Amino acid sequence: MDRIIFGDNQFFAVNHISDEKSRAQSIKFKDDSAIIKTLDIARESGINTFMCTTHDRIANICDIIRNNPTKYQDFKIYPCMPYAHKYANAVTELGIPGTLKQYVPGNFLGSLFKGGVAYLSKDYISIMELLIDSEMKMFKGINTPVIFLQNVITDLLLGLGMNEFLVAYAKYVKQKYNAEPGFITMNLPKLLNVLENGGIENPIICASINKVNFRMSGGKELYEKVLSEGRCRVIAMQVLGGGAIPAGEALEYVSNLPNVESILFGASSRQNIENTVETINHHDSKKMDLKLNLSNF
Amino acid sequence: MVKVALIGAGKMGISHLSILGAHPNVEIVGVCDTSKMVVDVLERYSGYKCFSDYLKMVDESQPDAVFVAVPTKHHYPMVKQLLKRGIHVFTEKPFCLNPEESFELSQLAKQTGLVNQVGYHNKFVGTFKEVKKLVKEGFIGEITHFQGEAYGPVAVKKKSETWRSDPNEGGGCLMDYASHVIDLINDIIAPIESCKGSILKSIYSKNVDDSVYALVSIKSGVSGVISVNWSDETYRKMSTSITIIGTEGKIVSDANELKIYFKGDKFPKGYSKGWNVKYVTDLTDEVNFYLRGEEYSAQIDYFIKSVKGETKKDINTFDSAWKTDKTISLIKNQSTL
Repeated sequence: MDRIIFGDNQFFAVNHISDEKSRAQSIKFKDDSAIIKTLDIARESGINTFMCTTHDRIANICDIIRNNPTKYQDFKIYPCMPYAHKYANAVTELGIPGTLKQYVPGNFLGSLFKGGVAYLSKDYISIMELLIDSEMKMFKGINTPVIFLQNVITDLLLGLGMNEFLVAYAKYVKQKYNAEPGFITMNLPKLLNVLENGGIENPIICASINKVNFRMSGGKELYEKVLSEGRCRVIAMQVLGGGAIPAGEALEYVSNLPNVESILFGASSRQNIENTVETINHHDSKKMDLKLNLSNF
Repeated sequence: MVKVALIGAGKMGISHLSILGAHPNVEIVGVCDTSKMVVDVLERYSGYKCFSDYLKMVDESQPDAVFVAVPTKHHYPMVKQLLKRGIHVFTEKPFCLNPEESFELSQLAKQTGLVNQVGYHNKFVGTFKEVKKLVKEGFIGEITHFQGEAYGPVAVKKKSETWRSDPNEGGGCLMDYASHVIDLINDIIAPIESCKGSILKSIYSKNVDDSVYALVSIKSGVSGVISVNWSDETYRKMSTSITIIGTEGKIVSDANELKIYFKGDKFPKGYSKGWNVKYVTDLTDEVNFYLRGEEYSAQIDYFIKSVKGETKKDINTFDSAWKTDKTISLIKNQSTL
């Protein structure tokens, strides 16, 4: 995975500290062209991976990427599924069975017996596979080397002890899309144990990691311990702690953590994007110099 | 370990179940739901013992505590049965369809001494907790006026009917959305005891209100405005906010951001004269398991601690939810005059 990954919260008015900022973002990114413009600034700054939710508007962005193959030749997307509000609203309106009827493609009862699988225990896994396929449709023809399960689903399943679904998700993504499965979570230590017990070695996990212990369930010390053990490939997100930490300080902390393979961030302005990239690169090169000095020693 | 059972595995129920499932001091002993499919999945993949009859579940699984997350109209009979059996109860909001039912249950809970809590999760949100502290300690002086607002995209087009759109089942914007705002004001300032005028409007729903506008006041006469609309698609999700104007300052807060203005030199530690901004990230305690907001985990943790006798058992009691139901009823009655 690339060291720096660009996120999409700013495009969809997701702001953890201010409803006002969230509205300003809605206005700024009303048109798809504004999203593409910002993605292009990120690319010019050297970022080639875009991690995004399966929001309806991403389908339009995918169209633009597909229609400009030369321009986006090296560009990768890490889809994160599902766009939870779509399902949450549907569950409020239709209930759980009604939602499945609406979103599982094809005939619902027919889907239950997909591929003539007779083992009942397999059927709900098959429904999940169909839902994955429906979420992945918009990315057809686009390079998606890692496919993520959103934290609200990962953590819901984790709490419910439905570990089989997490393992089945990983298997299906590998087999059908030839991609690495990824998991977004707010509960990294707990999830890692469950995935390892399910036979998933060295999983890709994207989690909230920051200096102020924000959304790091189990606590920062436990996270640092797990990181030092190198048992998973980590993407750090929410590195600014929802805005609580000054950017320089926040990036210095996360850049110097062991076994954090990638850093995910989102920003709207050229200046913020360029500054973030420069700061991470600066800390990385300092770390590299230190390593070289030590090995020369 | 606290033995817990759940009635109603819908959207809120499943969320509670997941948080309970991850709680180190909880053992889930039963789940009751009427959907065959939901029960099937929970039995097969979570290994929970499931039932379709809640009394049968309670008799067989002998829980210490039960979470009730079914449509509001079922709260009264179910909670009554549970309290009579000596079981601690956490129930979803709004509490009951009318204040008479809520009063009876709150009295029963008091008599039995059982833990009783209602799911008004905003009271566990860092910003609102801080607002309450600032108001109670008098930092904005004497309150002269308040405004409570909530907006969100629940009913943004004409659509199929569910229990939320049935007034007899506890649906509608006043019951479902405005109840949060009312409950917050009742807790932070004082219970709303009169309503001078109110409008309940249907926009897209056939049978229930989609927006609520009311002019209200508390016992001391301090006035306030309530403005709630769940048919506002410019919001991505529910946004609840409260504005409180005092003689010494002013507070504007939502679940993410608390803005407070101090007129003079009297302000608490960590604040200064003029405008101050605090973010929920500065005001939130870490939880052991995060699913969809710290407040959802925190309210469950508080309930479990209450069952174990480790709290004052004074947040979101049936008594406070009864007062909220009373205000809801005031606003509803005023609108029909």
